[in-house]
Amino acid sequence: MPFIPHTEEDVRQMLAVIGVDSIDALFDEIPPTLRAKPLERVPEGLSEMQVAALMQARARTDGQPLCFIGAGAYDHHIPAAVWQIATRGEFYSAYTPYQAEASQGTLQLLYEYQSMMTSLMAMDVSNASLYDGASGLAEAVLMAVRANRKSKSRRILVPRTLHPAYRRTVRTIVGNQKIELVEVAFDASSGRTDLAALQAHAGKDFAALVIPQPNFFGALEDVDALTDFAHANGMLAIAVVNPLAMAVLKPPGDWGDAGGGADIACGEGQPLGAPLSSGGPYFGFMCAKQDLVRQMPGRIIGKTVDVEGKPGFALTLQAREQHIRRSKATSNICTNQGLLVTAATIHMALLGGEGLANVAATCHANTVDLLARLGGIDGVERVFDAPLFHEGVLRLAAPAADVLRSLAAHNVLGGYDLSADFPELGNAMLVCATELRTSDDIDEYAGKLTRIMAARTQAKCPVEPKFK
Amino acid sequence: MLIHEQSRPGRRAFAQAPKDRPALDDIPVEMQRRAPPALPEVSEMQTVRHYTRLSRKNFSIDTEFYPLGSCTMKYNPRACNSLAMLPGLLGRHPLAPDTHSQGFLACMYELQEMLKDVTGMKRVSLVPAAGAQGEFAGVAMIRAYHDARGDGARTEIIVPDAAHGTNPATAVMCGYKVREIPTLDDGDVDVDALKVALGPQTAGIMLTNPSTVGVFERRITEIARLVHEAGGLLYYDGANLNAILGKVRPGDMGFDVIHMNLHKTFSTPHGGGGPGAGPVGVSERLVPFLPVPMVGFDGHDYHWLTEQDCPQTIGKLSTFAGNAGVLLRAYIYARLLGREGMVRVAEYATLNANYLARRLADAGFDLAYPGRRATHEFIVTLKREARELGVTAMDFAKRLLDHGFHAPTTYFPLLVPECFLIEPTETEAMDVLDGFVAAMVAIKAEAQSSPELVKTAPHTLPVRRLDDVRAARELDLRWTGSAG
Repeated sequence: MPFIPHTEEDVRQMLAVIGVDSIDALFDEIPPTLRAKPLERVPEGLSEMQVAALMQARARTDGQPLCFIGAGAYDHHIPAAVWQIATRGEFYSAYTPYQAEASQGTLQLLYEYQSMMTSLMAMDVSNASLYDGASGLAEAVLMAVRANRKSKSRRILVPRTLHPAYRRTVRTIVGNQKIELVEVAFDASSGRTDLAALQAHAGKDFAALVIPQPNFFGALEDVDALTDFAHANGMLAIAVVNPLAMAVLKPPGDWGDAGGGADIACGEGQPLGAPLSSGGPYFGFMCAKQDLVRQMPGRIIGKTVDVEGKPGFALTLQAREQHIRRSKATSNICTNQGLLVTAATIHMALLGGEGLANVAATCHANTVDLLARLGGIDGVERVFDAPLFHEGVLRLAAPAADVLRSLAAHNVLGGYDLSADFPELGNAMLVCATELRTSDDIDEYAGKLTRIMAARTQAKCPVEPKFK
Repeated sequence: MLIHEQSRPGRRAFAQAPKDRPALDDIPVEMQRRAPPALPEVSEMQTVRHYTRLSRKNFSIDTEFYPLGSCTMKYNPRACNSLAMLPGLLGRHPLAPDTHSQGFLACMYELQEMLKDVTGMKRVSLVPAAGAQGEFAGVAMIRAYHDARGDGARTEIIVPDAAHGTNPATAVMCGYKVREIPTLDDGDVDVDALKVALGPQTAGIMLTNPSTVGVFERRITEIARLVHEAGGLLYYDGANLNAILGKVRPGDMGFDVIHMNLHKTFSTPHGGGGPGAGPVGVSERLVPFLPVPMVGFDGHDYHWLTEQDCPQTIGKLSTFAGNAGVLLRAYIYARLLGREGMVRVAEYATLNANYLARRLADAGFDLAYPGRRATHEFIVTLKREARELGVTAMDFAKRLLDHGFHAPTTYFPLLVPECFLIEPTETEAMDVLDGFVAAMVAIKAEAQSSPELVKTAPHTLPVRRLDDVRAARELDLRWTGSAG
């Protein structure tokens, strides 16, 4: 029997010890009317060989197209050692480290992770992960409402330049607690949060301002001005950042000309060693200033000593958590994304600060190259003029969905169609090139896009963008 | 020694990153970081050796028996991992078009269908990232249901006192007040107390069945009727689904919404704390509110169902579609088991639990619910040992580590003093269970002859008992030293 070691003789002896004559007798407390009929929609079991053939066929079906989509998930090189170690049984099949003495491996690794993330973010403290970037931001919003003692407000300022999936996810998670998200418009020429629109909220009572860096369009926000605005108006500053970008961009702890820094920094940990894997598992990271540590959700690891004075590591500040505080916990989160954090820690150790900076700068250079190449094609133009990092927006002289479909038919995933989330941008798409996209890949994309746009121009007049 | 303490300025794992760093001329200097972050500077071999060594300081299913109650620590088949990591699956971008996603979507659609079948629910959404997020989705759907009917008076969620901590925490996250009801001496919910608690303010009840005390709730049909008559809905916490897989279905018991912990019942790894996956299934009346995206099938192609297709959805719970890689592992596990294998999971998990309970009782340990049949787990109370020998459940737990067994869940549920919640799972052999009984007997003998040995355990692990008070009072949450 798959994964069940019992021999017939074992079963006979075990039933004799229990004092029943069949396994079925062990279910005698379940009312007979509730006993299930045989399952109909679960097929018969397959051997490992058969399942392997099935999965290989399924994987082949999806092909391995040339990918220029980013939009929150990025195709980076992951050193071979990362997942070879992370999938060692001792990490892969261990439970949450509640029994500290039997979990020093995981606990020390998490402490190292917290040390690395706080360095990367220039923040004081880090937790041991949340589910992903979007749900992690929802937790940051709840934390800000709890933590902002100067403000009783349950309103949060959220720029429209924040990833639309993040905005939707936050709304789902905080909406039932009567927390309101107020959107801030962006500047049509730069693609950055409109500081004039933001000023309209000055002096009003908000618990926090969300600051994405880079923002969803890849544009770099004026994080110093935004952070100072938040603090000047009694709001906490919540940074939402790409952690890889922080290897070369000013980290949240240093934001603000007034020197305050962001109060909470969170985001999607995927660029640090998690494969694309259809959107998960990734991990949400969260860092904060020291004085907010007791408001943080999720597990936190502390260094301590054992009875002999030997250093060791343990879960700490557990009185914030649901298994102790129940209805008064800072969050309901229990299971987190531990294995992804294991991978991220090994990934960061292997690359180091210099290596991460090389990756980030290479991604950026490739994206600049990509935007220049594609932007030079007839019927394709750059949309925003602000400095960007690693991702950018192009407008097409045809519906983006049609162009992207044509590209996909040629095995190129050309970008993310922005028209549903940002109709005001017209036929726009978001494109990205990581360090894995070579100059040949970019040539291939540019060549195919040139032919597709030329064919469309010959077929009909270019469509004028409906830009407001 | 921390990886940071092995760092040397200028040391690199050179093969890992691009060799060059292109200039960032187009980014204003004031937006740039002044110097790269102070991460460890170590070689590839140092890193591999360090983390391999760290891994050896862990207990894990692959190395020890891990009878952690309510956590279902069963064998995680290797094939599930290696096949979920096939390049075509691992490299698929979450926003890839349907034309490049049919293989992946087929797996997700079939998993939805299989989970509907084993739970008896009308429809399933796979997106919640873990059990607690599944709970959130479930209670949010209950709220959306009442709101859609214009019934704003329902402000309370009822939770038994033995419930997982996530239940009351979730109810609060969804804007509800929590009302606790007691558990009877035989482990069943106090139905009289439930009747008193029910009323027009009741939004629903969150139940685990088999319950967290390891017994099947015998009056579940009556409970479902009472809650529904009061206008409330029933939430099923699927943490203990392993006990009844293919034997009883939550949908048939009368539940309106359930979450499943695929990292328990469907054997995806716990990974030192995660990731999990907590799909939700619902009865007919909650179908419109399921979280998105889900996978649909038109008889020919698979496609995503989003907010446009499901206008009453509670919405998105994560950036993309939840922990897809975990869902793939669960799918592969389900295909390996098949329908006949699923029923066997419940049967052999229950056989192992009842055998281990009987052996421990015969060896002189007290079962908390001796008159009841164990499900997949059961509770031993060490109250008598604590009183007579001065050795607590915590001491037993730590000494078990010395004997090469991970400790059971201790001090949960809170209503049983000095308790061990023990869940052996179906993948352990009889001789392993016998070894555990022998260790418990040996520890009890040690507690009689040399109690200090037990009270100061563990003695053979990388560290002795840790100072938790100091960890919380003198917070040390990151390395602040300088490199060697």
